[in-house]
Amino acid sequence: MSMRTPLAKVRGLGSAKEGTSQFWHQRLTAVALAILLSGFIILVIAIAGRPYEQVIAVLGNPFVSLLLVLMIGAGVWHMKIGMQEIIEDYLHGGIKLIAVIANNFFSVAVGLATALALLKLSFGG
Amino acid sequence: MSNVDAKVSRPLSPHLQVYRWPITMTMSIVHRVTGVALYFGTLLLAWWVIAAASGPGAFAVADAVFGSWIGRLVLFGYTWALVHHLLGGLRHFIWDVGAGFSKTARDRIAWANIIGSVALTILLWAIGLAIR
Repeated sequence: MSMRTPLAKVRGLGSAKEGTSQFWHQRLTAVALAILLSGFIILVIAIAGRPYEQVIAVLGNPFVSLLLVLMIGAGVWHMKIGMQEIIEDYLHGGIKLIAVIANNFFSVAVGLATALALLKLSFGG
Repeated sequence: MSNVDAKVSRPLSPHLQVYRWPITMTMSIVHRVTGVALYFGTLLLAWWVIAAASGPGAFAVADAVFGSWIGRLVLFGYTWALVHHLLGGLRHFIWDVGAGFSKTARDRIAWANIIGSVALTILLWAIGLAIR
C-alpha cells in the first residue's frame, strides 16, 4: 500500500478534459428531445387507434421515419446518461459495474431494435 | 487509524427531516422518478414500432393492449411522465442560463411544472379522444 494520498497521486497529471461531457450531452439531447418529442406527441395523437394500413403508411413516410429515428437516438442516449447518474448515486462496487453494463446494453438494444423496425417500415418491408 | 474514530463524534449538519419540505425537493424527486419510468417506457414504444414492422397480426395484439382500459391508463401515466419530465427539463434550462434561482422564482416554476404537466396531459388526451 502506498503512503501517498489520492490527491498527491493525481496532482500534476492535469484533468481528463472531459469532466463536463456528460453534462453537455445530457443538455444537447434534451434540446433535441424537446423539439422531436413535440412532433412525436402530435403524431401519436393523430394515428393512435387507426387501422394497420394507415399506421404503417404514416410510419413509413421518410419525414416521420427521420423524426422517429432521431428521437430514439437522442432518447436512448439521454436515458443512458440519466440512468448512469442514478446508478452512480445509489450503487457502489461490483453491483454498480454490473448495473452500468446492463444500462448500456439495455439502452443500445432498445434503441437499435426500434430504429431497425422503423427502417424496415421506411424501406417498405 | 485514529481519524476514523474521530469521524464518528464529529458534529453533523441537520439532515433532511428538520427542514420544512419544499416543493422544489418534490419536483427534484419526481423528475428522477419520471425519468426512470420513461426509461422503461421506451419498451412500449419499441413494442409498438416493432409490432407495426412485424405485420398485421402482431400490430393487432399491440393495438388491442394499448386500446384496453388498462393500456390507456398506462399510456395516460406515460404521457404525464413525459410531459412532466419535458417541462422539468425546461426548468433546468432556465437554471442553466443562470435565471430563476430566487426563492419566489424557483417555487413558482416548480408549481408551474406540476400544474402545467397535469393540465397539458389532460389537454393532449382531450384532443386525442375528440378527434377519434
